Formats: sequence, structure tokens, C-alpha cells
Amino acid sequence: MYALVALGFVLIFKASGIFNFSQGVLALFAALTLVGFQTGQIPFAHLLSLFGIHATHWGAGFPTVIALLFSLLVMIGLAWLIVQIVLKPLVNQEGIILFMATIGLAYVLEGVGDLMWGANVKMLDVGLPKGPSEFILDTTDMFIDKLEISAAVVAIILVILLTLFSAYTKMGRALRAVADDHQAALSVGISLETIWWIVWSVSGIVALVAGVMWGAKSGVQFSLSLIALKALPVLMLGGFTSIPGAIIGGLMIGLGEKLFEFYVGPMIGGATENWFAYMLALLFLLFRPQGLFGEKIIERV
Amino acid sequence: MNNINQNEPVMGEQERTFGAPIMEMKNITMRFGGVVAIQDISFDILKGEVRAIIGPNGAGKSSMLNVINGFYHPQEGEIWFGGEKRARMKPYQIAYQGIARTFQNIALFKGMSTLDNIMTGRFTHMKTGILSQALWKGPAEKEEYENREIVEKVIDFLEIQTIRKTEVGKLPYGLQKRVELGRALAAEPKLLLLDEPMAGMNVEEKEDMSRFILDVNDEFGTTVALIEHDMGVVMDIADRVVVMDYGKKIGDDTPEGILNNQDVIDAYLGVAHD
Repeated sequence: MYALVALGFVLIFKASGIFNFSQGVLALFAALTLVGFQTGQIPFAHLLSLFGIHATHWGAGFPTVIALLFSLLVMIGLAWLIVQIVLKPLVNQEGIILFMATIGLAYVLEGVGDLMWGANVKMLDVGLPKGPSEFILDTTDMFIDKLEISAAVVAIILVILLTLFSAYTKMGRALRAVADDHQAALSVGISLETIWWIVWSVSGIVALVAGVMWGAKSGVQFSLSLIALKALPVLMLGGFTSIPGAIIGGLMIGLGEKLFEFYVGPMIGGATENWFAYMLALLFLLFRPQGLFGEKIIERV
Repeated sequence: MNNINQNEPVMGEQERTFGAPIMEMKNITMRFGGVVAIQDISFDILKGEVRAIIGPNGAGKSSMLNVINGFYHPQEGEIWFGGEKRARMKPYQIAYQGIARTFQNIALFKGMSTLDNIMTGRFTHMKTGILSQALWKGPAEKEEYENREIVEKVIDFLEIQTIRKTEVGKLPYGLQKRVELGRALAAEPKLLLLDEPMAGMNVEEKEDMSRFILDVNDEFGTTVALIEHDMGVVMDIADRVVVMDYGKKIGDDTPEGILNNQDVIDAYLGVAHD
């Protein structure tokens, strides 16, 4: 689960060198949009009511598949807007400035999401299997939610697809090229805008997947955006530039904090889940700053 | 073909003939704030020739190349390419016109292999849509293989077979320069721009690079425009030379003519102003 959000971070970081703070909110926004389409909510219902239009729903909503498809389109459209409004004026700016911009973007998106779909906690059901997996429970005595298993499977499939895409296609190469050198990329005919659009669309799609998984597990609510913060330690473990690192880091944090809570938690008064991930990240920063799979940065003098 | 080695006797020097101008710069002026980098410069590049732009540091040579390449937009003047006046366009669109370049400070995609770097040079020739690429079937697959073949030819041509899978960030400087040339060549450009292709190279590497440039020009008929500091190299490989100093054009002639140009000699050796 953490891995899915972390994956979005890694993607944008690799392709544009930008650390995208808004990835978590992107997941939230995607989930909100999906629920909106599913239940047939009218976007901006609260705003409309100011003008005397008191309708919140326009019908029974779409079936899940079509709602997913529409959400996908919304995320791609959103990516285009982000590139046009936020990134284009900031071409050639330093990474830290772009990072600040994504913080701003996070707050704007959160606000817009609230305004469009309302702030109440929503249920999201996309028909994924739920409940404990009896098979694993019987054979190994472990309690693993089926939903978690499907999340893991989805994450793995996504990673394989993305790795293949970036290694063996023209656009994949172009993505890596843009991350490495803007000028050189332009000189071979790569349009930065197009690439950024693709990158943000892809991470929007990853966000949608993450949003669906989290939403299905614990309902769509605004605290969803906070999982983005948990993704930071995941990245520090896995390395900022490694896609497999994001997955393994996610598993380590997820598993580690549960085990720690279970075995060590009672001894020190519990509630370790809140800080365990950050402690682990801190340790990693001290002893292996590039993470498990990150590229070691060697500066040539 | 011109001879690159000064020590060898010039054999069978034949008159080189060129086509119509492929590129014409007309009264280009380029200012950065109050600084005039290029002042009212006109020159042309003929199809099939090797054209050099030389000048002391800060003369505006690289700015000139950036204007040709579309990275800079001059405030005044017209650029004609392939017989048509070029409208203001974005840098990446210039690549689609058939202009490829290398950079003074190597601008390779450091995390990618030699092969992948040169493959990006084929970008403008690959037309399949992103969906088809994502599915990796049919036309996208075929296109990938076709372009891969051309890239392999470029690799053979530049004699860099042994490093094709190596990450270019790990290669020595001279080879990186060669890979960068490969990336530009892979685009099969009509006009190849080289920004100091020999900078920082030893004699042997310079000779190799000169040979590649002349071979490209000779075998594929590619028009080459290059900036270079090393006068010896320029004299050997260029057909015609533009000399710039403080943003102005002070000479435009054959290499031999340039050597006898008093303005050029003054600019290079310095002259007492009174």
C-alpha cells in the first residue's frame, strides 16, 4: 500500500527530477473522483447551491468500470493542467522551487477536491475481494486481508509494466532522457511539455490505483493524503530513484511497523506505528543515505 | 577528401563543389539585456560543405550555434533554412527540421547506455503513438527494430561497438564526445552542428574526431557547421570559415584566406590600440 504511493513519487522524481509532494493528495483526489462518478455526485454541488441550484446527484451513477475509465481521463486532464499552469512557467528553475510548487499544488488540490466532492467520508467499493484469506489463514496461521494481496499483485504488475515501458519504447527512453538533460533532450526533438504530461498522467494513474486500494480499505477521507508522508520513509529506505526499491521499502515499512507494534509496542506503551517508519528512515539516513537501491552519488572533482 | 594530417603530403586534392545554401543567416542581432552577443551577422552554409565558426572566447560563437539550433531567438534578422524563411519555433521542433547538434559541455543522458543514448537520436524518426508503444505490438515493435538497425550502423561507423551497453556516465571524456556525435548522427540530419567537438582532447582523439567528421561529410554528404578553437584542426577540415570577434563578423573566407586576413590576425594575436 505504501509502496503504491511511493511508486508515484519515484516515477516523477526519476522522470523530471522533481520531488512531487502532492502525490498523496493526487491519490486522494483520484479516489474522490472515482467515488463521485460511481455514486453520480454532481461536482461543485456546494458552489452550485449558492446560485440556488440544489442538486447533489444526477442519477444512479456509473458502473465501476466506466467510473474508473472516467477517473482515468480526469487524471490525465489534471496532468495537462498541472503542466500548463504549474510547470511551464517554472522551466529551468531549480529543483527546490519546483518542490515548493508541488507543496502548493498539494494544498490547492486538497481544496479543489473538497469543493468538488465534499469533505465527508465516503465508502468506496470497486468489487475487490475482502476479508481474510482463508487459504493463508489455514496454512500459515497468518491473517492477511485479500485486499492487501490484490494491492500487492497490482503493485507488482504496475512495476513490471512501467519498467518494460521505460526500457524498451521510444517514449520510455524520452522520459529518461528528459530526466537526465533538458537541453540535450530538446536537441534530439523531445518536447518537454509532452513528456511532463505523460509523466504526470502516469503518476496520476498510479495515484488512482493507490487511491482505490486505500479507499477500499479504509474509506475515502481526507486523511488519505497523509499517507503521502509515510511514503517518505519508504523512499528513504528504497532509494529515491529505484522502482523496485519503492516496492520493497513499502513492504518493509508496512511489515516492520506492524511487527514492531506487536512485539515491542506493549513494552514501551504502544502507539509505535506513528513514529516507527520515521525512526527507521532516520537510521537509514545516518548509515546509508542513498537507500537500499538508490544510486550512490559520486561527485567527480 | 581533404587531408587531415598536416605532415602528410596532400594527395589528389580535388576541387570541392557545393550545392545551394542550406542555411542563410541574415543580419542576425542577439542581445542579452544590454550585452550584444551577436551584432548584425550574415553568412550562409552551403549544402555539403564543412563550415567552421571560429573566434576568441566570448566572441559569440556558441550563441550563434544556439540561434541556428533554435535555443535562442535573435531580436533582429532572418534565418533561412532549406530555402524557406524559418518561423520562430520551439527548440524541439528544430530537430524535426533536420538539424542535430552536439554540445560544448557534453550533454549526454548519463544514466543510459551508449545504445539508448544513440537511440534517442532516432526520436524524430519514430512515429508510432504512445498507446501502440505501451502495448509493444505491431508497428511500434517493427519501428523499434528498424531504427535499432540504423543505430547499429552508426555504432559501427564510430567504432564504439565495445561500449554499446556501457552507461555513458562511466565512459572517458573522448568516448563520451564520440557517443554524442553518434546521437546527432543517428538523426540523419541535413545540418550537423558541432560545438567544439575537439575541446579537451589529446592529439590522437582529435585526429579520430577529425576523421569521423570528414567521413560523415564525405560518405553521407552531411552538411557540417562546427565551432572550434584549434586552428590547426579548422585549417585541415573546414571548407570555409567565419571568424567572429566581440559579436561581429571579422572574416568569412577559405582557411587559407583567413590566415592572411589582417583583422583576424589582430583579433587572435592582439593589437595595440592607439
